[in-house]
Amino acid sequence: MIKVENLTKKYGDFTAVNDISFVSQPGRVTGFLGPNGAGKSTSMRMMVGLTKADRGSVTIGGHNYMDIPNPGQHVGVLLDASAQHAGRTGREVLALSAATMGLPASRVDEMLHLVSLTDNEAKRRVKNYSLGMRQRLGIANALMGDPSVLILDEPANGLDPAGIRWMRGLLKGYADRGGTVLLSSHLLHEVQMIADDLVMIGRGEIVAQGTPEELLRDSGTFFRALEADQLVTALAENGIEATPVADGFRTDAEPVQVGKVAAERQITLVELKLADGGLEDLFLELTAETQRETYTEGADK
Amino acid sequence: MSTATAPVQAGDPGYIDISESHRPSFLRLVGVEIRKMTDTKAGLWLLIVIGAVTVIINAAFLIWGPDDLTFNDFLQFSGMPQGILLPVLAVLLVTQEWGQRTGLVTFSLVPHRGRVLVAKLAAAIVFVLAAFAVAVLIATLLTPISGASDGWDGVSVGWLSRSILALVIGAVWGYAFGAALLNSAFAIVSYFAVPMVVSIVTAIWTSAQEKLLWFDLSTSSTRLFESDSLSGEEWAQIGTGVLLWVALPLAIGVWRILRAEIK
Repeated sequence: MIKVENLTKKYGDFTAVNDISFVSQPGRVTGFLGPNGAGKSTSMRMMVGLTKADRGSVTIGGHNYMDIPNPGQHVGVLLDASAQHAGRTGREVLALSAATMGLPASRVDEMLHLVSLTDNEAKRRVKNYSLGMRQRLGIANALMGDPSVLILDEPANGLDPAGIRWMRGLLKGYADRGGTVLLSSHLLHEVQMIADDLVMIGRGEIVAQGTPEELLRDSGTFFRALEADQLVTALAENGIEATPVADGFRTDAEPVQVGKVAAERQITLVELKLADGGLEDLFLELTAETQRETYTEGADK
Repeated sequence: MSTATAPVQAGDPGYIDISESHRPSFLRLVGVEIRKMTDTKAGLWLLIVIGAVTVIINAAFLIWGPDDLTFNDFLQFSGMPQGILLPVLAVLLVTQEWGQRTGLVTFSLVPHRGRVLVAKLAAAIVFVLAAFAVAVLIATLLTPISGASDGWDGVSVGWLSRSILALVIGAVWGYAFGAALLNSAFAIVSYFAVPMVVSIVTAIWTSAQEKLLWFDLSTSSTRLFESDSLSGEEWAQIGTGVLLWVALPLAIGVWRILRAEIK
């Protein structure tokens, strides 16, 4: 389990990470979600002592990372899959970590097998690896010491859809066996697929945390109908306000209320569901401040 | 997901038992650092070049040089290329963690960075000793072949120790520049250029030569390779040179590495 308390990091006047607190529970995959530059990587580096925090603390399994004698055997870390010596072979990268931790060389083969890197691939130098292969190598490196906690920065970056599915299975299985997984991503859908819990960070601050269901709960209902104008009018008569979003409408009412009104008026519903826009809107709001493109919100919302 | 404030203790879910966790021994870390120098093309070729040049330069002198070469001569021939290349090796030992960003993994596995730094320094010295052993072996083989009547004259424990010391100073010097600058190219160029400028000034500015020797470590330390013992003043000059060119950048480098953010 990872416990982050009031963690803060400043660079001069710029506050990269501002007083963040959260817990990553054993047996669960926690998604650390935020746009690029939100402070995810800085937070993760502080967790493993590579960056000194200005304030606050992190404990992993009840310990300060620096106090763990052989941290590789307890905490698997992947901070940047590209940060490998381009001139080493994949196998050698793993062998160095195994040697540092005092593990037998056979462990290297097990890990290569686990992440589906073939013998031939393992003999190639890392500079000839695709980003996806480097991610696999990095995950193998993180899992080498059979740790009970995983800290992975953007592990799905560069993986193809099949690779992402593979990783989801791997991490789910790992969490089901009691492991703690904290993984970061700047892609909402990627994290939604994998994570049990979400911690959303923007501009160095946590803006939302909870399970995806919890975060979606208050986001209302999305619907589309053939006779949309009639339905909106009918809803208004029932005191339900709907606003246009994309090609449909969003309302704070429950789906069942909208469905009832539509049934009464014999209006053909094309789509009726819990709006998933809540999470996405929140995420885009965060992203909007740091990204170059402007995006168009659903009409005059 | 709650943000509890009580610390996680033994018995709590998610507590990690570290009582059976043992930190990597120092010897293991030195072994890993030596391995890091041999498992890349750049590092391996540097080692091969050091070995090959040592052999070639001795063979060349044996064939084309004067007839009565002594053990001392052969050891000095080896000292020239080794004195130049071993510091480069020491530079790379430190800077490769930054240039290739492998420090992210290295310092995650061994978060106490000082241990890694000492292991790297020890690895550099192991390479120096190995290179010196090769040099001694070559000199021992070639001295009888050369056939000088006084082939073994001047060989003493003191002189052999001074030769090792000279090579170690050079390696630590390179290591210190690598640690202070954390960039392979920059550190290697600085390592050669800065002392060269000082030596040129020493050579040109004859009136100040005596005084400049206190700062000119590359000139003062070559005295260590000569078989006659050094005067107190010469030792002192090496001492001030080491303080300025080795100890100072080393202190800056260690301070920098211990504090820096590893990205």
